[in-house]
Parts: sequence; structure tokens; C-alpha cells
Amino acid sequence: MKRNYLFTTALLLLPTFALKAQNETMDAPNWLSSPGVIGTIVLIVIVLVVAIIILMAKLSSLIGNYHHQQIVKKDLAFNEDLIKLDDNEIDEILAKRKAALAYKLIGNELGSDVAATDDKGLLREISHETNNPFFDEKKKTTLGFDTPAPLRKIVLWYVGASVFWLVFGTLIGQYLGMKFIWPELDSVSWLSFGRLRPVHTNTVFWGWASLSMIGLGYFVIARTSNTIIYSYKYAWHAWVLINLSVFLGNICLMTGINNGGGEYREYIWPVMALFAIGLIITFRNFYKTVAQRKISEIYISNWFILASLAWTIILSIIAYIPSYQNGLGETIIQGYYMHQGVGMWFMTFTLGLIYYYLPSALNKPIYSYSLGVLAFWTQMLFYTLIGTHHFVFSPLPWWLQTVAIVFSAGMFIPVVSGTTNFLMTMKGSWSHISKSYVLPFFLVGVIYYFVGSTQGSFQAFRFTNYIWHFTDFNVAHSHMTMYGIISFILWACIYTLLPKLTGKEPPQIFVGAHFWMAFIGLFAYTISLMAGGTLRGLSWLEGNAFIDSVILMQPYWVWRAVGGSLMFLSHLIFAYNFYYMAKKEPVVKPLKSKQLETITA
Amino acid sequence: MAIAGFLTLSLLIAVLPASQMQKTAPLPDQMAFTEMEQEGLRLYIAEGCVACHTQQVRSIEMDNVWGGRPSMPSDYYFSKQRLDVWRQSPSLLGSERTGPDLTNIGKRQPVKDWHLMHLYNPRSVVKESIMPSYPWLFEEKATDKVTPEDVVVPVGSPFFNKPNKKIVATTQALQLVAYLQSMKQVEMPGSSPAFIPQNKKEELSTTASDPNQALLPDGAKLYANVCAACHQANGEGIQGAFPSLVGSPIVTDPSPEMMVKVILMGYDARSEFAQMPPFADQLSNEEIAAIANHERTSWGNNASTLSAEDVKKIRDMVNQQNP
Repeated sequence: MKRNYLFTTALLLLPTFALKAQNETMDAPNWLSSPGVIGTIVLIVIVLVVAIIILMAKLSSLIGNYHHQQIVKKDLAFNEDLIKLDDNEIDEILAKRKAALAYKLIGNELGSDVAATDDKGLLREISHETNNPFFDEKKKTTLGFDTPAPLRKIVLWYVGASVFWLVFGTLIGQYLGMKFIWPELDSVSWLSFGRLRPVHTNTVFWGWASLSMIGLGYFVIARTSNTIIYSYKYAWHAWVLINLSVFLGNICLMTGINNGGGEYREYIWPVMALFAIGLIITFRNFYKTVAQRKISEIYISNWFILASLAWTIILSIIAYIPSYQNGLGETIIQGYYMHQGVGMWFMTFTLGLIYYYLPSALNKPIYSYSLGVLAFWTQMLFYTLIGTHHFVFSPLPWWLQTVAIVFSAGMFIPVVSGTTNFLMTMKGSWSHISKSYVLPFFLVGVIYYFVGSTQGSFQAFRFTNYIWHFTDFNVAHSHMTMYGIISFILWACIYTLLPKLTGKEPPQIFVGAHFWMAFIGLFAYTISLMAGGTLRGLSWLEGNAFIDSVILMQPYWVWRAVGGSLMFLSHLIFAYNFYYMAKKEPVVKPLKSKQLETITA
Repeated sequence: MAIAGFLTLSLLIAVLPASQMQKTAPLPDQMAFTEMEQEGLRLYIAEGCVACHTQQVRSIEMDNVWGGRPSMPSDYYFSKQRLDVWRQSPSLLGSERTGPDLTNIGKRQPVKDWHLMHLYNPRSVVKESIMPSYPWLFEEKATDKVTPEDVVVPVGSPFFNKPNKKIVATTQALQLVAYLQSMKQVEMPGSSPAFIPQNKKEELSTTASDPNQALLPDGAKLYANVCAACHQANGEGIQGAFPSLVGSPIVTDPSPEMMVKVILMGYDARSEFAQMPPFADQLSNEEIAAIANHERTSWGNNASTLSAEDVKKIRDMVNQQNP
């Protein structure tokens, strides 16, 4: 009760902090003591701690393996000792052994007429149930799901296309990151920074994350409704439309045709219309599938998934209708759109996926259904209102900015309830961290859900905005969320589902390499840009020449490129893992590798 | 219910305020774009300049360097109209300042040659710049084919070194520069909204031993912000485009009159160099004195310093001559 009270007070106080400095002066020299900055530092520490915990778990399983090998070695040594024995000793042992083998039971050793008693009290907790409840289930849940072949094909093709866009999109991102260090890398108009940047963002948004989410969503919808997909044909139509829109959109952007430069709506409307139609088809297909479900309840995942589709359809229509978008009207819509694109589409859909795949991976139910419902409604209420926090101190109406900042603080509610729900579901299954990489992916995704979202709320406060806005800090934040949350969760879901669909699990070492390279890469990426961004903001506050802040950023951009390279390499490994899980028939190669394993073991 | 809720909230928070914004009118002195400038704006969008350049002076003091007053909705009346059937109103405000804000670039950097050189290769004027080059907005032409109508760009030899060839700006480059030059903050009639002030350590160099330096702002910083783009941080300028200040007879003249006049009124007497823009409207007497003193005492220059009072006298004189 008392904790609840404290929590509420904290939540009530946050907007007060956020609104401080509304009309006061900005206290620049004391930037380190601002609540937003302190909060962000605390959040970074949380990520570090989680990284260390995962590392510890992995290390302890490594040590376990080492111990096992020691035991094997001991056995070998024992065998050698046996060989060294001289003949007399061997004869003696042999004689003993022969006698032992010659021994025969008479037949009445165990039986007698005396009633059975437990004189020493050795037997406890006697049960007559056949399902012995005192045993923990220890086996890996690699049970195959009995999935209709067309559905399996759809999931694989959606995820497959998304893997392609991930590799392509992050290759572009990697190239762009290098341009910060070598601006003369090329002088081809199609590859210039201004044209390629939206190619990177749109490809990973609409190509990678969206296709992957929809593919994973198809499985959830069918499975949790205990029925088959309403129309497989619809799924293919949407697949073609979405891929086509990403392909055409990127060509347009590289030839210099864009919608006006607003982030994430750079595709012109005829191209985005293809995507929107794809979404409408998908919504109809999902909706009809849920409508013909064979159970009474609609599982919470489907709430999130259906809502995110419906919201995103509304969102894209609002964003592309021109009649209120001249002058700063466009800017208001831009703030609304870019935040809702992230919050209503990616976040909401991905949350829906977690509500299914996390319990599925751990083979237990979600911790609390009602927390999920609370998160759902607060997500809608608070997320919708915070778009203008991208334009704090801008010429947009001050009241809009204030509303956005207050509700950004309100985002703590859905974030905390979601995180609690997922962590409580994981509770008691921590041993999975050392057993496979599915839980580490989930754990990092959920931790980033908390850290990235909370950090975003902090960043919306007027004071933190004052130092950080316009700097590379923004870029760090968007990677923390779109990569740290969305991508990690999607990987977790893919590694959960695909082995069950196809019966093939990629080698742990490759999954591990994917995990660690992506995680360390992301950490290097965000920390370098956050540190550099802060210094850059402070340099602007000092009134130094602008070019000084460019020179100051150089080493941080180098570290960003290093982190980015790790991330990109991890995607190549992921692409291989996907190929391993999805390829048709394991013909010769896997057999060979199995033999090798037995020989080396 | 979830759909209805989202729709209602969206209408309230986005569509309604956006519709209200449509009523904004331009300021009295604001001018519509010429055709050249409008085409330039289209190029600005096509090349994705908004990825790195903002166009908003926020209402906080640190943004004062980008404009004399905070931006307001009217400023975007002409620039943020729907482009055509296929494209919406350009998203000019931006979210990243990887490069400088451009709200007032036409006033801060009015020199056409500078912009052309900068677009051809930014590093030819700003050594540390990481902006991309835009060579496809220029063409190489044989020297004997260059016509008087062609705009030749004075690119230095480290960046373009082909004998008998010149770099000529295409129409597109000229359009883009016309747009950049058109970006000037328009004066507000009456009093303009103020910046939210910033708590800062006192910046005046009160400890300086020279009485002229005392109570003046930091000249080196001002030089870096205002002058270094052309005359370079080392004062040596760029051959064939911007004159060197090192040992310059105007800069080291014991009488600062000519130098201050050039800063106030601009200078275009020497055909081998680009035109120098006037700074009378942008810089205060204190700032001009600080910059002049920095130039007169740096890079081996060793001339006497001057005070804000001296600048004021020259300014008054100039104003009398050209009322």
C-alpha cells in the first residue's frame, strides 16, 4: 500500500519536473542535476547491469561445461590406470568378478511374511497421482507445432522478406554512418546522404519490422483463435503490396522524389497507398480469422494486433490528407504521425507479439491479464497525445507542447505495467538464460522497452530537450527503441517460433554471436551518440562556433560506426540462421555436421 | 471502441490544431518566392537537405545565433505550401542539426560565390565540414567554351585541378542558391517575442589588460561564427575567392576607419575576389570592435585595438554620408 502511494506521488510529481522552466530562465551550468539527465544515466546503468547478469549466466554455464570436461578427463586417467595394472592384480580382480557373476538369487530375498514398515522414516511425501508434481520439467520445449502448410509458408515468406530488408536497410545505415567520417566516400547523386537517409529508415520500418511483425502475427492470430486463417490469398496479396511499396518507395527516394521530407512519410502517397491497402487487407484477414475463432475469448495479443492495424490505417490516412497541412499544420501532423507510427504501429503490434511468444517460449501463462488490459488502454490514451514533444520550443502552440510533455510523463504507466507483466512472467524461469538465447533476446527487448521508453519521456522534458534536441542524442534514442525494443523482440519471437515450425534449430554459437554482436553494437552505438550529443548540446549552449561542435563529434561518430558495423554483421549471421531454419530439406550437410559433433564430443 | 477513442484523440490533438494553423497570415514585409527560389526549394526537398538542417529558431537564448527573434507560424507562410499533387507541404522545421540552422542563412551568408563553392565541395570553404558535395549540380566546361552568361565557380586547385577546364554552375545550382539566399528572417512590426534567457557565466573579458578589450564580447568566438566561413579560421582566406586578412594593409592600418567601414557597408571593389556583404544590421558596435581587435592582433598582425566607442563614431559618420 505504501509503495503504491509512493509510486503515485512520483508519477504526479514528474509532470511538475517536466514543466519546470516553463517561464523561468534555463539553468545551463547545472545541467547534470536535472531530473531528466539523472534519470537517463540511471537507465543506462540498468542496461549495463542486465548485460552483466546475462553475461554471468552465460559464463556460469561455460564453467559448468568446463567442469564436465574435467570429469571426462578424470575418467580417461582412470582408464589409463587400469591398463597399467600388473597381471596378479588383474587376476585377483577377475576372480572376484567371476564369483560375483556366479552369484544367483534364491528368489525370496525381497519377499517375506512380515508386514512392510518404514522403521527409519525414509519415505516422505508419498503420492498416488500418476503425474508426479514434485518434478520440475527440464526438457527443452522443442515440440513441433502442427501447423497447416500454407500458414507455415506465409510465415516463412513474410519473415524471409523482412530479413532481406533488414540486411539491405542496415547496409545502407552502415554506409551512412561511414559518411560521417568520410564525407567524400562517393559523389553519386543516388547515394548522397540526404537521399539515402530516408531509404535506411523507411526500409527498416516498412520492410524489416512491419513484414516481420505481420508474419509473426499470422501465426498468433491463427493459433490463439484455434482456427485457420480466413484467406491465405489475402496474405499473399498484402505481401506483394507491402514489398512493392518498399521497393518503389526506395527507388523514388534515390531518384530524389519524396513527399516533402517529413520523417517516415517520405514515400509519396501513391507508393504509401500500396502499403496502406496491404494493411487494410491484413486487417480484414486478421479480423475475419478472429471472428471465426473456436474459443470464446479473444486473447490479449489479438487486441493489440488488431488495434495496431486499425490505428495505423487511420494514422496513415490522417497523415496523407492534404487539406490541413499547409504552413505549421504540416508540422503538427508530422509530430503526431512520426510518434504514432512508432507508438501505434510498431510498439503496439510488438507488444501483442510478446503477449503470445514470451509465455509460449517459457511454456507458462502470462503473469497478469488485467495489467495487459491496463497497458492497452493507457497506451492508446497517452501515446496519441505526445507527438508535439518533437517540437518543444518551436513556433507550435505552447499548449500543444505542454500537453505533449505531460502525457510523455504519463507514458510511465503503460511502460511500467507492461514491463512488470513481462518480468513477472519470466520470474522463475531465469535458468532459461543459460539454456538458450530466446530468453536473453526477450529480456534485452523488455529491458529496452522500459529503458528506451522512459528515457524518451525524460527527453521530452523542457530542460533535457534544451540540451539534447537537434543533437545526435535523438538518433541514439531512436535506435534504442526501434532496435533495442522492436528488433530484439522480433528476433526473440522468430527464434521461438521458427524452430517449432520447421523442426530445425540453428547452432547455438551462431544465435549467440547474433545476440552479443547486436547487443554490444547497440550499446556502443547509443552510448557514443548520447555522450557526443550531450557534449554537442553543451557546446551550443556555450555559444561556440558551430563547426567546433562538428569537430567535437568526430570520435563519437567513429564509435557509432564501429557499433553499427557490429550490428550489421550480426544481421548477416541472423540471415544465415534464418536460412538454416527455413531451408527445405536437411539433405547431406546437417548429417555430416552431426557426425562431426559426436566425434569431437 | 478503441478505434473510436483513437480517432477522437487524433482529431483533437492533430487535425483540429492543424486546421487552425491554416488561418495564419504572412507578415507585412514577407515576400512570395520567385520562380527561381521556388524551384530551389523543390531541390532542397529532393536532395533531402532537411535530414541535417533545421529551419526554426527556438524560443531559447542559445538559438539567438540563428536569428534575431524566435520563429513564428507566419514565417512559414510561403515556404510550407503544398508542393504539387504528388507531394505535400515540405517538412522544413527539421529534427536534426547535424549542420547549421538555415532560417537566416540568406542574411548570415549572402555571398553567392561562397554558396556555389560550398555546394560543389563544402570542404573547399569549410575544411572540417562533413556535408556531402553536390558535383551533379555543376558541369565541367572547356575554358574556351565558357560563355559570358555562364556562372564560373572559383574552386581552388586542391578540389578541382584540370587545366583548360572550368566549373560552371547549372541552373539547378543557381536555383538552390537563390532559395538559400532568399532565407532571411523578416522584421516583425512592433515588438517581437523574446527568447527565454539562459543563466550563463559572465562572458565579458573583464580581466583583459587592454582597456579596449575590456567589456567587449569574445572576438575570437564571434570571428569563428561570423567571418571564418570565408576568411577561414587562420585568416588566410581562399585564393581567388576570399582575401587574406594576414598582413592585409586594410586590417593592419593604424587607422581602423577603412576596416570598420568595410565591415559595416560591405566591399566589392576588387574583381578577383567575391563580394563582401555589409554587416551593419547584424553586428553591434561592441561586436564589431571585438572582431576587429581579434583580426588586428592575431596571425602575426600587430595593429592597435579599438573600442566600441570608435566603431560608433565611424557608424555615425557612415550613416550621415548615406542617409
